[in-house]
Amino acid sequence: MKVMNMVGAINDALDIKLKEDKNVVVFGEDVGVEGGVFRVTENLQKKYGADRVFDSPLAESGIVGTAIGMSIAGLRPVVEMQFCGFIYPAMNQIISHASRMRNRSRGKLETPMVIRMPYGGGINALEHHSESMEALFGHIPGLKVIAPSTPHDAKGMLIAAIESNDTILYMEPKRIYRAIKQEVSEEKFTIELGKANVITQGKDVTIVSFGAMIREVQKAMVMAKEQGISIELIDLRSIYPIDRETIRNSVKKTGRIITVTEGPKSFGLGAEIAQIAIEEAFLSLEAPPARVSGYDVIVPLPKGEHHYMQDAYKILYEIEKIVKY
Amino acid sequence: MFNEYNPINKLMFQVIDNDGKVIDKKLMPKVNDERVLKAYKDMLFARTADLQIVSYQRQGRIFTYPPNYGQEAISGATAVIIEEKDWLVPAFREMGAMLAKGVTLKELFLLFMGYEDGNAYKNANKVLPISVPIASQMLHASGIGYEIKYNKKKELVYGFVGDGGTSEGDFHEALNFAGVWKVPVIFIIQNNQYGISTPTRMQTASESLAIKAIAYGVKGIKVDGNDFFAVLRALEEAKKVCENGEGPVLIEAVTYRKGAHTTSDDPTKYRTKEEEEEWDKKDPLKRLKQYLIDKKLWSDKEEEKIIEDFKKEVDRQFIEAENYSEYKPEDIFKYMYSEMPQELKDQEHRLKEFYRWKEERVSQTIKK
Ligand SMILES: Cc1ncc(C[n+]2csc(CCOP(=O)(O)OP(=O)(O)O)c2C)c(N)n1
Ligand SMILES: [Mg+2]
Repeated sequence: MKVMNMVGAINDALDIKLKEDKNVVVFGEDVGVEGGVFRVTENLQKKYGADRVFDSPLAESGIVGTAIGMSIAGLRPVVEMQFCGFIYPAMNQIISHASRMRNRSRGKLETPMVIRMPYGGGINALEHHSESMEALFGHIPGLKVIAPSTPHDAKGMLIAAIESNDTILYMEPKRIYRAIKQEVSEEKFTIELGKANVITQGKDVTIVSFGAMIREVQKAMVMAKEQGISIELIDLRSIYPIDRETIRNSVKKTGRIITVTEGPKSFGLGAEIAQIAIEEAFLSLEAPPARVSGYDVIVPLPKGEHHYMQDAYKILYEIEKIVKY
Repeated sequence: MFNEYNPINKLMFQVIDNDGKVIDKKLMPKVNDERVLKAYKDMLFARTADLQIVSYQRQGRIFTYPPNYGQEAISGATAVIIEEKDWLVPAFREMGAMLAKGVTLKELFLLFMGYEDGNAYKNANKVLPISVPIASQMLHASGIGYEIKYNKKKELVYGFVGDGGTSEGDFHEALNFAGVWKVPVIFIIQNNQYGISTPTRMQTASESLAIKAIAYGVKGIKVDGNDFFAVLRALEEAKKVCENGEGPVLIEAVTYRKGAHTTSDDPTKYRTKEEEEEWDKKDPLKRLKQYLIDKKLWSDKEEEKIIEDFKKEVDRQFIEAENYSEYKPEDIFKYMYSEMPQELKDQEHRLKEFYRWKEERVSQTIKK
């Protein structure tokens, strides 16, 4: 075991896979010499050479498009989008090819690749650096979308993602890149993709969230507990596919569900999960599913971002409303 | 000039050398001493502001900021030639050109402190806001160029991008569209040798960035971007080309980003001190200053004094920005649509309801 933050855990996962599988290559903007703007790929070029870990030209469509070619030909690229807001030039390649190649070729061709991308707000950044567009990506048939909330999960999920034969968008909650430290095994391990994690058992309200928002929910849970409200906290881990079973079992027990996500409200993840709760546990529901989400606006620049972001109080507000319903 | 300096010939256009000496008088742009002196002062102002901002950032008074340090001649020359009727489509390292168009330093401060209001230039028209998604703004320049041609206006577009930006598809599409349409756009690449940590040679296998013009059937030239006169002369020629309906033009201005990429970057990770010192010799302000001193138009003493004045002015505008009004909840909703949909009105209402609840809740907790 070794104490790691999320940056270190992701680096460790890449290190293990680079060592173990010579088909793994890592590239993107500034990931080589510099080791990434967040230092996630630090030292990997030194260790594995510039033909396996390298800086690409500044072109996201180019990065994803060439990774598709590499993966069809047998490599396992792990590419980086420098920030969530810069993946859009690559959307054409993701939607038009990466997510379709298997279906298009009736299973003959595969694109086993991972697109890593820091996402989310709360870091006082310029425009395009703070968004959380999980719903946009979850809506692309053929793409898997995952997001860890702890260093341990970050490592196990990334290794599983690199070993998967699908194209996986791996969303990294950059706000907690260095904020959480925990003991993580130095050995190789994987976490099954598509399975949610019940972080805390509870009986009154189910809260479903993921990534950096888990920490905010946990702060709200402390305040709710003072009022005798017991929360069951589910870390989704996988945005697509969603783990229906874990949601069903929890809502059947608590009868109430709140989702906490960072993205804009309309057509968001909260709506999808609420519908799952209705489909799976309609008769157990004691209140309409509630959502704490962003608003249908552009993530504001730092001085206004607190209006947009979800915090412990916004979550507590909904908790109190739902138990009083 | 575009024949002689056709990028195929692998030449770089220069007017003064590293010591500020004019290489060939015939190459000088049409600009009088007084205007040159003003341009120098403006460049010095930009540099003073830049260095000061980096120290504000260290004090935690401003968030990320991308310095112009070392690249001032490019904006400085653009400032001389750009007119009120012309459009400026910046990337994000064109402080001098933006100020010349009437954007205020305070507005730039507001943006980098985290207010969108910093983009709502009060006294500057025909300037697009700083564009964060690299190279995407290039296409807007081509589109504006189309409107100019369509309405037979006598305007020009000055569109900026970095060396890294030339790798994005948008850069190529912009040049291609502008070339097909023959629109009056001057594209200026600030080749400062790096895109964050990535050196230009890793962006392209081309002999230069200017040479890319040839493939799109447009005129191109590589200039010494640390040579104020060279940039200005190239812009003059490019302007003529555009005015004759033979635009667009691509200018590669070779320069060096003396500072960090942004205040959160550490260049020692990817470049050497020797390299930085080599470029110090070509510093654009140093060269222009020497030129002015040789002509007895400027002195160290005057410079010292004016820098003190500039510092005060920068500080004044910074403090004004720091005392800017509060960011209200409605400000995040207001500008999304020409008319706010009911859904957004509801969301705004619920946010305010939440704030009322929270205020009550927090005051209760304090009482306890
Ligand atoms: C589409 C996109 N991808 C990535 C980034 C992150 N990024 C910001 S600046 C930069 C480097 C830009 O290099 P260059 O075009 O040479 O401009 P310079 O910073 O040198 O002025 C990168 C990769 C971005 N802003 N937009
Ligand atoms: Mg550059």
